Amino acid sequence: MAKVVVLGAGISGHTAASHIRKKLGRKHEVIVVSPSEYYQWIPSNIWVGVGRMTIDQVRFKLAPLYKRWGIKFEQAKAVAIYPGGNELNNKPYVSVEYTSSGKKGEKADIEYDFLINATGPKLNFEATEGLGPGKFTHSVCSCDHAVETWEELKTCINRMKNGEKLKFLIGTGHPGATCQGAAFEYALNMANEIKRTGMMNQAELIWITNEYELGDFGMGGAFIKRGGYITSTKTFSESVLAEYGIRWIKRAGVTKVEKGLAYYETLDGEKKTQEFDFAMLIPAFAGSGMKAFNKNGEDISNTLFAPNGFMKVDADYSGKPFEDWNIEDWPSVYQNPLYKNIFAPGIAFAPPHQISKPMKSPNGTLITPAPPRTGMPSGVTGKIVALNIVDMINKDQTDFRHKASMGKMGAACIVSAGFGLFKGQAATMTVFPIVPDWEKYPQWGRDLSYTVGEIGLAGHWIKLLLHYLFLHKAKGYPFWWLLPE
Amino acid sequence: MSKNIVRGYYEESYPPLPTKATKFWRRNIAKQVIRFFILNLRIMRIIVGGHS
Repeated sequence: MAKVVVLGAGISGHTAASHIRKKLGRKHEVIVVSPSEYYQWIPSNIWVGVGRMTIDQVRFKLAPLYKRWGIKFEQAKAVAIYPGGNELNNKPYVSVEYTSSGKKGEKADIEYDFLINATGPKLNFEATEGLGPGKFTHSVCSCDHAVETWEELKTCINRMKNGEKLKFLIGTGHPGATCQGAAFEYALNMANEIKRTGMMNQAELIWITNEYELGDFGMGGAFIKRGGYITSTKTFSESVLAEYGIRWIKRAGVTKVEKGLAYYETLDGEKKTQEFDFAMLIPAFAGSGMKAFNKNGEDISNTLFAPNGFMKVDADYSGKPFEDWNIEDWPSVYQNPLYKNIFAPGIAFAPPHQISKPMKSPNGTLITPAPPRTGMPSGVTGKIVALNIVDMINKDQTDFRHKASMGKMGAACIVSAGFGLFKGQAATMTVFPIVPDWEKYPQWGRDLSYTVGEIGLAGHWIKLLLHYLFLHKAKGYPFWWLLPE
Repeated sequence: MSKNIVRGYYEESYPPLPTKATKFWRRNIAKQVIRFFILNLRIMRIIVGGHS
């Protein structure tokens, strides 16, 4: 009997747990450890943040589903991994601290044969002074945050109705933040809602980003066929922002936020400020903060994790110069090189390097987006890790059949730009591969025949369809396994 | 005193903006139904080709 422990029940962890449970016989045990009692479909948080969906439309409780599936659910936070066990017991285990109301603060050790670290990112608001909910800015990174953000946005709309002119600042809240796509979506949806209430004349909308050029999205931008030209996502993104009445500040790393004032440094080293009445800024991401210890209780976190807290996997971490980066540097099976029974799919794995070219200001501040790994790559990597573990258990196979490198995987990003079955619209962007392959596609880095960039009602329908399909899949409704990641 | 409205000299003045016709086709149901199926096919092609 094998015991598989999955840390995290987000897109990657939940996908991995569901496929392992489906493929493995009941004699094997599957345990999911997650600090939240809910699964949330994060891409739809944007709509919660503008009041178009309620919090319960984007989340559901995990415990009843896992009970039905025969998965043991521990509502707890993983604190430390002991990959070689301890002095008394050779069996590897994870130390957890319960977060459920009945057992809050209690600690336990959970043994494993296989460990999937799918803890996702820690929303590192602390990396920017004054950033985040409860301080001076808002967020849509979790559904709870999105609810608070909508409450504040409503207040701002009412203030504008009473004649006030307000400034809205949306974008990235740290020089190394990623997930520009989510902030971009929020900016467009917010502009759409303000326009709908007839308050555009009272609002100044500002997009602030650490991207070198708009449309970089942490993947070095992309080129798309559009209107008879091959054009960059810079032109595409600028066009969308201009259409929605949003001006922009680029090459800007937000370093500190005070009430109504964001401090930022630009790539040319200038230190500037931007006033705001409402700000939604995405924080930097970091690893979950788990530690690792050897049998003697010595801290071996730096062998398991990269300095940013993300887990090392089968990638090339030699720190090559930008010009030598290659798609082969990227992991394909997400297996820890030292402990072969530990895997880290989704956002939890440490990228070997950035995808966007690293840029530093004269003061030495790195102002470059981190690589995006949310959404589709998270689900796909969760699934292939699950299938490979199943092969290891059932067939004793260590030659992995299932692989998914970001250098060989495409991604579709549906950027919502307004809600409504007939009045909504979204920008549909697809790229293949996510990490540019300059050897295979020397001119554009990617296969242009796969690349799309267009705006329209169809994009909104797709985004809405994905919301319902992925929740159907996540809830384990009939034929859920037929839906691809 | 009159104020001239000058387009240009601001970054946000230079990107292409959609014409009325483009905006019309973006919400035209017949065209968007076709685009819906084409875009879904393209996305499926990416999903299927992306992992083994």
